[in-house]
Amino acid sequence: MDAQTSLLQRSRWKAWEPAIWLIGFAAPLLAAQHSLIVNEIAIVALFAMSLDLILGFTGIVSLGHAAFLGFGAYSAALFAKHINPDPTLGLLVAAATTTVLGAACSLTIMRGTDLTRLMVTLGVGLILLELANKLDWLTGGADGLQGVVMGPVLGKFEFDLQGQTAAWYSLVVTFVLFVLMRRLVNSPFGATLMAVRDNRLRAMAIGIPVSARLAVIYTIAAGVAGVAGGLLAQTTGFASLDVFAFDRSADVMLMLVIGGTGWLYGGVAGAVVFKLLQDTLSAITPQYWMFWIGLFLVILVLVGRERLLRPWTWFGKKAKQS
Amino acid sequence: MSAAQTVLSARGLVKRFGGITATNNVTLDLQKGARHALIGPNGAGKTTLINLLTGVLEPTEGSITLEGQDITRLAPHQRVRRGMVRTFQINQLFDTLTPLQTLALTVSQHQGLGARWWPSLGASKAVAERCEVLLEQFHLTDVMNQPTRVLAYGKRRLLEIAIALACEPRVLLLDEPVAGVPAGEREELLQTVAALPADVSVLLIEHDMDLVFSFARRMTVLVNGTVLTEGNPEQIANDPQVKAVYLGHGEEAHG
Amino acid sequence: MLTILFDGIAYGMLLFVLAVGLAVTMGLMNFINLAHGAFAMVGGYITVLLMQRAGVPFLACLPLAFLGAALLGAVLERTLYRPLYHRPHLDQVLFSIGLVFMAVAGFDYFIGSTQQIMQLPEWLKGRTEIGSGDWILGMGHYRIFIIVVCAALTVALQYILAKTRFGSRLRASVDDQRVAAGLGINVNLVFLSTFAVGSGLAGLGGALGIEVLGLDPTFPLKFMVYFLIVVAVGGTSSITGPLLAALLLGIADVAGKYYIPKLGAFIVYCLMIVILIWRPQGLFVRKGGK
Repeated sequence: MDAQTSLLQRSRWKAWEPAIWLIGFAAPLLAAQHSLIVNEIAIVALFAMSLDLILGFTGIVSLGHAAFLGFGAYSAALFAKHINPDPTLGLLVAAATTTVLGAACSLTIMRGTDLTRLMVTLGVGLILLELANKLDWLTGGADGLQGVVMGPVLGKFEFDLQGQTAAWYSLVVTFVLFVLMRRLVNSPFGATLMAVRDNRLRAMAIGIPVSARLAVIYTIAAGVAGVAGGLLAQTTGFASLDVFAFDRSADVMLMLVIGGTGWLYGGVAGAVVFKLLQDTLSAITPQYWMFWIGLFLVILVLVGRERLLRPWTWFGKKAKQS
Repeated sequence: MSAAQTVLSARGLVKRFGGITATNNVTLDLQKGARHALIGPNGAGKTTLINLLTGVLEPTEGSITLEGQDITRLAPHQRVRRGMVRTFQINQLFDTLTPLQTLALTVSQHQGLGARWWPSLGASKAVAERCEVLLEQFHLTDVMNQPTRVLAYGKRRLLEIAIALACEPRVLLLDEPVAGVPAGEREELLQTVAALPADVSVLLIEHDMDLVFSFARRMTVLVNGTVLTEGNPEQIANDPQVKAVYLGHGEEAHG
Repeated sequence: MLTILFDGIAYGMLLFVLAVGLAVTMGLMNFINLAHGAFAMVGGYITVLLMQRAGVPFLACLPLAFLGAALLGAVLERTLYRPLYHRPHLDQVLFSIGLVFMAVAGFDYFIGSTQQIMQLPEWLKGRTEIGSGDWILGMGHYRIFIIVVCAALTVALQYILAKTRFGSRLRASVDDQRVAAGLGINVNLVFLSTFAVGSGLAGLGGALGIEVLGLDPTFPLKFMVYFLIVVAVGGTSSITGPLLAALLLGIADVAGKYYIPKLGAFIVYCLMIVILIWRPQGLFVRKGGK
């Protein structure tokens, strides 16, 4: 096989990919009563994929990605409430505002160690939480921003109570952004991101402008997370402070880790598994959900992330560290 | 033949780390098409000098000029864009990527396509063909689709140098290219180093004296961060100072 | 204003004792341990339980809080943390978050989620005031106690680091693990004891802090940021760095909450971000340090 064919094969759509998306789109039709959770999964998958861009593909450990989710949510909610209830317009606004925020924040993640980056991303998340809390005349404070009534999507599709419109709306948006992100990670730009992740020193030594790349991808990831936040606010009709909470950032990281970092479908797989797990476990132990997540994380790390999906490697000789 | 021009020039380079002076007033000139070796005992500061030249370290004092332009304050990736490329003594590779991907991204970046986000990495036929040539040249074709981390050391070393050449350097800084390479695989590497185009200016750090003397037309000896002497191989081999410090001590020169 | 300064110093010293273990283990093992606050919580709960259920006097609880947390730290280090030292930071972050979640949920289950109220012994209640008018200095006796205890601990730590053999072994291991091992230093033992002492100090800090910071199962999550700020700003290559960072943080927080209550904790986060952008290696790190 020659070089070009090898390279192109990596970016070609595999047979199972359209199948997954078809199932996703069929779900609100076939299982209409579950439309709400399909909607949630789509939104959370989008959020997870946006984190994958910076965590899985570029190697930036961020504990504050929920900041962008929240900023997008509040932007969309406020826009719908005070200016125009059109959903598509609202999403564009959410994307725009969060992209600007992301660009500003990207200045903070370029220098320093992993710890510094962790701190700074965490700090930004906390600041936004505080801001949303304190500016309660705008955001509704601890009560959240209520009464966000959306207009029909594209002027035609009303949001129905069962959530079918919402589910399809989120699925379409998620799919469109997925296609764009897929092209990005398979492009030369995406390859340079992975180079930065694997060996920043060498990336610099072959002429890659590392800081510029970091800034761009961080901004993009923020924008996508902002869209996810916008979807969240629009489809649920309100925005509340816990959208900025630390456990949102931790949850999405967990999802990505379950599904696998560095391939966009990890976000999708992780979102599905996580949401279903959350639903079942919440029914069993509503209060102590956190304990089981914690235990899962501890075991996950001790066993080793790559071995999670291969139970036959759990016992016996430890697999060679890659 | 036209008069030799200086392509890379370091003047009065000094680097201090706290109380330690790793590089002490080093002046070095690299001519166009040079085959220039930098030798010296371990800890002499050779890699530090390379780090200074490439911009990984900032000099405490001194200046660096590349093809007539002052690059002292230029960021590392910008120096690469201007044609100065290095290899590393310890392999610095992209472990999760395959040699093909690695070279493809390097060639793409070099050709100014590194910021393109819509086309696939494999979309450009020109890039792919250049990769094939490099893979062939460095005997990596048979492993081109395996992730770098599973490759044997010799192959990894070849890839290390292939990456540098994918950037089409005009000035190439090789940091101990054959270090740790098993005897059987050295020949491949040595042939490739010998076959570098004549107009590429090469600065080579090496301990292998066979390689140094067969390759170099000019040598600089570095001891404790200071330039001890400079000259052609014959002069250096016969210089008593050099013998005392480096080649001598009654031991056979390592071959 | 002097009172604010005083309160800020007390708060800062408390933060220092809480966070110093984290700074040292981070510098030593290069391990990002977000669960450090859980050890503080353990110390706090040991104190509360002993006082409320066994009637143990407050002062006696403090060393017990230290020992309890230290013991837990030693056990966890040996069993769970040690295999993870060379893992990527993401793994360490995930692991320690997992531990925190377990600790928070666990304490919630066994003890309940209400704030713990503690009865200070009589001699620690009360307040002394010096000066008058604008320059009045009001010193709560408990805060004086905190300052004294923490100052003593700081001096002791400095002494141990600088003047004892253990201290030099620790410093050697921080500088270069492999060389230290090559010199015959039992690096594993150094790690174990350092982690244990660091956790013990956190436990002690947790006990001291019940009155000032409160205690409930969400303590590790609430205060994790502050510990991390102390370490990120103060650096991990000394203990004076975190000390100064903690004092700075304490004073900034108290002053901020007093003078501009609307913005509260906000100021601290902004300050931290600005500092870390300006000096990503930390504010008080010696040039050329790690």
